[in-house]
Amino acid sequence: MPIVTVTDVVEIIEPKRQGPSGPGKPPRGFGGGGDGSGAGSPGRQRAYVTGMTVALGGILMFFMALVSAYIVRKGAGTDWNSLIVPRILWVNTAILIVSSFTISRARRDFLRDDLPNFRHWWYVTTALGFLFLIGQLIAWRQLRAAGVYLDSNPSSSFFYVFTAAHGLHILGGLAALLAVAFHKGRRLTLATSSNVVAMYWHFMDGLWVFLFLLLTLGR
Amino acid sequence: MSSHAHSAPHAMPAPTGFISKYVFSLDHKVIGIQYFLLALAAVCIGIVLSVLMRFHLVWPNAHLPFITGGIMTPEQYLGLLTMHGTIMVFFVLTTAPQSGFGNYFLPIQIGAADMAFPRLNMLSFWTTFLAFIAILAAFFVPGGSPISGWTAYPPLSGIGQATGPGEGWGQTMWIVSIALFCGASLMGALNFIATVIDLRAPGMTLMRMPLTVWAWFVTAILGLLAFGVLLAAGILLLLDRSAGTSFFVPAAEVVTDTLLNHKGGSPILWQHLFWFFGHPEVYIAILPGMGVASHLLSTFSRKPIYGYRAMAYAMCGIGFLGFMVWGHHMFVSGMSPYSGFAFSVLTMAIGVPSAIKTFNWLGTIWNGKIQFTSPMMFALGFVSLFVSGGLSGLFLAQPAVDNRLHATYYVVAHFHLVMGVAAIFGIFGATYFWYPKMFGRMMSEPLGKLHFWITFAGAYCIFMPMHFIGIAGAIRRYADYTGVQYLAQFQPVHKFMTIAAFITAIGQLIFIWNFFWSLKHGAKASDNPWHATTLEWSTATPPPHDNFGGHYPSVYRGPYEFSVPGVTEDYIPQHLAPQEVARSK
Repeated sequence: MPIVTVTDVVEIIEPKRQGPSGPGKPPRGFGGGGDGSGAGSPGRQRAYVTGMTVALGGILMFFMALVSAYIVRKGAGTDWNSLIVPRILWVNTAILIVSSFTISRARRDFLRDDLPNFRHWWYVTTALGFLFLIGQLIAWRQLRAAGVYLDSNPSSSFFYVFTAAHGLHILGGLAALLAVAFHKGRRLTLATSSNVVAMYWHFMDGLWVFLFLLLTLGR
Repeated sequence: MSSHAHSAPHAMPAPTGFISKYVFSLDHKVIGIQYFLLALAAVCIGIVLSVLMRFHLVWPNAHLPFITGGIMTPEQYLGLLTMHGTIMVFFVLTTAPQSGFGNYFLPIQIGAADMAFPRLNMLSFWTTFLAFIAILAAFFVPGGSPISGWTAYPPLSGIGQATGPGEGWGQTMWIVSIALFCGASLMGALNFIATVIDLRAPGMTLMRMPLTVWAWFVTAILGLLAFGVLLAAGILLLLDRSAGTSFFVPAAEVVTDTLLNHKGGSPILWQHLFWFFGHPEVYIAILPGMGVASHLLSTFSRKPIYGYRAMAYAMCGIGFLGFMVWGHHMFVSGMSPYSGFAFSVLTMAIGVPSAIKTFNWLGTIWNGKIQFTSPMMFALGFVSLFVSGGLSGLFLAQPAVDNRLHATYYVVAHFHLVMGVAAIFGIFGATYFWYPKMFGRMMSEPLGKLHFWITFAGAYCIFMPMHFIGIAGAIRRYADYTGVQYLAQFQPVHKFMTIAAFITAIGQLIFIWNFFWSLKHGAKASDNPWHATTLEWSTATPPPHDNFGGHYPSVYRGPYEFSVPGVTEDYIPQHLAPQEVARSK
């Protein structure tokens, strides 16, 4: 349940919110105010969490557009040949799910101020991410060897589109994982950056599980 | 908590070099002006294209020196139509009111030093700039600009060169440009939302935000949810064109005597994806105008906005309903009558929040001490155009009526008035209103009023007759009506509209002149020339790099405290502490 993990972490980062103030009363921050927007200030750090939440909403809409196209296109034509996904996808999916657990473990160690263990699990997550991408490339090679290309059938077109779009997002996530691993700490605190990257990573994991189910059960 | 506010007011130090100050600037104010100038360049091109189209409709056989072959071909006409629509919708109506003014004034109006993510903001602008270059490049690639309209329906847009001269390179450039634009808009939307949620000044509760901020906020949410869908659709269309897939292109298509190797794609699928984006997009264009109109009507009537909460909720309601009505663009696609009925009812439901806004605008100016300044004139013009254009939407929302009117000038009249010209009036109102804050000088009032009357009368002269010829059956999108008897009878009306378009286009030169002339020669503006209440008027003119010069305002009241009984001035700024408000004895 990646979403639940995210909410937990958010609560730790966020300072207590104050209630709204009535008209004419002395100023009280409501959500936004009170902490200015200087570098490293709580307001700006919190904005990164908000920004990531919002970004995930946009990414979700992008993928849902593709998913609805998949469903409509499957029902629209008579030319749909269901694609049997390469078996290695099961392994890849397992790898990505495990990486969600390792990044959670890393975050827990971070919140306990156990930085060596945090780094350890963070590197494990990064390695699992790379392993997932390599696995996806192997799946592509297997399909190509079987003569299934992008334009072979709408089902294969969607398979390549989904895996490519998701793979690019994972690639971005890996860049972010590495950036946090070699963190120099200027604008973002390590607490914030590891938090938002973990949010993203869980989301990409959950998204993949959904796409995988769609490609296997919904084919 | 507030120690940061005083010691480290801005995340970024003030830039010193020319490049970092004016070109790759991280300052939301500079980025706002960059967006505005980009939109200004785009609107000039868009107007020239429309004037060329109007000219061709009336004098189809005229020789034009800059066109290869001298006489405009139907394909060239469709190229102008496509580019006009694309440039106007994306690079003017989406760019100026939201990215331009939103960038400049949203952080100041909520009392923040900058956007939440200044680097992302800069990236967003330069991506938009690249998108603009890409769409302009479509004019110059082999085959010229695409001919499939701003909606790019396949199969016309999905096959390539075979369907028309601009459908090769031109259409590809179009998709690339729009994909870049989607990316940029997503970055911008993310930034706007995070800024509103997390960077408001102490006391700036949601219900104390100026309605302009509400409008930018809701618009950003719409953009966030809509542009990703268009991006996905664009990628699929690009694959259909270049990789031989069949998402949208149907089977056994014979184009110019060639059988195409596509299988069973669904052109209707594109329409669904496009309009799922496209309908929210028209609200992306108009909502900031609604915010500006509310703001200006209250300020220049010297009265609080009528029904502040209703206005904010109505905007949310319009945004919410905007995602459930895309099917009304597709009544003629052969959809199930039950779907058509659902989309029809939901579409008419938008009339409710729209009417709430309209009556609240009227309630705001009712019995007010109205000051007929240029920005106020444009705000009033906005309301007029929004109502005139919006009412025809109720007719088009009926599937049976739409079947008859869909392909006619009635639709052209409807959307130009309600989202085109009304949104442009919002932009003009915002420009005349905020110019003194942005540049430290006033724009000329007499020229502003002249500009208003020419544009206002011109807009009605161009678009009102279109309703009537539309009802009479004048088909849209044709390049030449002279050869068909029942269409040729409308030529006198076309001539009238074309002359009105010429005059209106020339009238815009007054605005351009006023804008650039006033930069140097306008009367010096005080910090608060309109006696307005919101935070941007509490700071220096133009605002310093960190907006408030090292300190942060606190907010004590709502944004529209005008003519409060017992108070000396007829306005109370949001940042003034209660004990500082001068009261009459």
